[in-house]
Amino acid sequence: MSTTTSIKKYLRKQFFPTIWCAGCGNGIVLGAILRAIENIGWEKDNIVMVSGIGCSSRTPGYVDFNTLHTTHGRSIGFATGVKFANPDFKVIVVTGDGDATAIGGNHFIHAARRNIDLTVILFNNYIYGMTGGQGSPTTPVGSKSTTTPYGNIDNPFDISRLAVAAGASYVARGTVYHATALNKLIENGMRKKGFSLIETLVNCQTYYGRPNDLKTPIRLLKWFKENSLSVKAADKLPPEKVKGKFLTGVFADIDKPEFCESYKKLVDKVSVNGGN
Amino acid sequence: MKTTKGTVKFLTGNTACALGAIDAGVRFFAGYPITPSSEIAEELSYLLPRIGGKFIQMEDEIASMGAVIGASLTGKKAMTATSGPGFSLKQENIGYACMTEVPCVIVNVQRGGPSTGLPTLPSQADVQQARWGTHGDHPIIALSGSYVSELYWQVINGVNLAEIYRVPVILLFDETVCHLSERIVIPDKSEIKLAERKRPEVSPDKYLPYINDETDIPPMADFGSGYRYHVTGLSHEETGFPTNDSKVIDLMYRRINRKIERYKDEIIAYKETDTKDAEILVLSYGGTARSAKNACVTAREEGIKVGFMNLKTIWPFPYERVCELGKKCKKVLVPEMNLGQISLEVERAVKSDSDVISISRVDGNVHEPIEILEVIRKNAN
Repeated sequence: MSTTTSIKKYLRKQFFPTIWCAGCGNGIVLGAILRAIENIGWEKDNIVMVSGIGCSSRTPGYVDFNTLHTTHGRSIGFATGVKFANPDFKVIVVTGDGDATAIGGNHFIHAARRNIDLTVILFNNYIYGMTGGQGSPTTPVGSKSTTTPYGNIDNPFDISRLAVAAGASYVARGTVYHATALNKLIENGMRKKGFSLIETLVNCQTYYGRPNDLKTPIRLLKWFKENSLSVKAADKLPPEKVKGKFLTGVFADIDKPEFCESYKKLVDKVSVNGGN
Repeated sequence: MKTTKGTVKFLTGNTACALGAIDAGVRFFAGYPITPSSEIAEELSYLLPRIGGKFIQMEDEIASMGAVIGASLTGKKAMTATSGPGFSLKQENIGYACMTEVPCVIVNVQRGGPSTGLPTLPSQADVQQARWGTHGDHPIIALSGSYVSELYWQVINGVNLAEIYRVPVILLFDETVCHLSERIVIPDKSEIKLAERKRPEVSPDKYLPYINDETDIPPMADFGSGYRYHVTGLSHEETGFPTNDSKVIDLMYRRINRKIERYKDEIIAYKETDTKDAEILVLSYGGTARSAKNACVTAREEGIKVGFMNLKTIWPFPYERVCELGKKCKKVLVPEMNLGQISLEVERAVKSDSDVISISRVDGNVHEPIEILEVIRKNAN
């Protein structure tokens, strides 16, 4: 059973302290990722962690794997190159709500469509934190941010449903409040062969919380606790009881051909001299 | 038909690029369709699976460039191919490859621009963009070719240079040569020398992926080979981890730029004809050089002492050689399918020693030899 002590072996302690604020939820998600890796037993040399740009995308610098911190929104393209070039790698993508669904939206939906075996852990904190608190494609209607000073008028994505529609094999949403459940969602996503998305609701009290009367980590965690509802429970409730809630749990868990495997079948069929 | 040195074929420039890539050891291609480069992707989509290589058509040019860089980090030789609009899209990730020193090759089959321009007609108007398209001071190597056979060899040279210098290499080809069919001798594999990136010899715990050593070129470990390190586009220290330390930033920044500048004599290549006693120099590259050479041959027959220089590397530019030639040639004529992008560099090289005359054609057509010949005649005497 993974503890906080046992996952320390995966950290690059020489680069601590992290740049994250005191009370940032990113640490909880990182812990969940490392516990999952320990439970499954992946080797460090075999793991490639790829990220884009943002607070959550700083994660790879702090972990002792093959790490790749790329350009804003483009982590999935780089990760596709890594995985497709060497399908034996375990490739984890760490991204944020802005990185993955604004600038990175195209790559996000295509990797899901392609069903390439990547585990994408999307830290959704409803804001662009690294750049100082601008609105993102998941900022709720009415929320204040540095670019929505009068309250956001723009509609947010339901990222998990977007991933399901795009064709992902495994889609789940968790929160940093429900940390134990999060461990399992991430682990199952990693074990799954195919494109897995685990959308994690993360507290950013510094940039989302403060302008929206959720100034402390505790208030944000309470907000997650009080407003989340499992998908299974939601299915049994009338729409007015579900409105405004964050749905958590598993949205998709299906089996379909994985891209690298399909390509390998093609190579086996057409290759001259058995390849190479 | 087999000759003692290889097999004679009749191919388009694009097909020659694809074959050159395979023979250069490229085993990963990610690309997106764009005229007039699509045939390179099409050929490789057929050839790569047959030899266990990887071909993928990505959702856009930006993802293609990212995938190429990701694949290169696993140790593979990786390439993409595009044209003007796609080349513009790739710039951010090309800069990423410059900063992280990841070997990769980008074919740009130049077409009329700007913007959508002339998808099916040539230009040479991306020359300065190849040097400065991405933001920040950065090193780059860009090669050119005038004949189908040259494109084949320049792809191999490009892949080798990318490996040796840990830098993106732009193959600045043009629609003229890429879409024409010409005789080419595909060599026996024994005739081809391939280069591999320098991999580390120290133990993983001592490895510094961005070490500032006397070569200026850090050894590069493959992901998964036991060397675990961090790659980032942020300014970084020798460990690869981001830094804001001004001393460290200055060292890294100057090293990655110096890396190409100091080895330029090993990188720069050009072909000179009749320059020994030349009084006029015609300097050209790519598809235009075919017409320029023809004009020079005729001019010599007319008794004009004209020399011809065909650039095989566009970047780094051969300032020293052009400066030398400028001292004896009072006129340097530069025919280009753009408004004088290389003329600018020639002017820098020759300063006041020589007059630089730009002969521009920007209407989607290659210069006809007579156009260049008339300018040579006018400037003789």
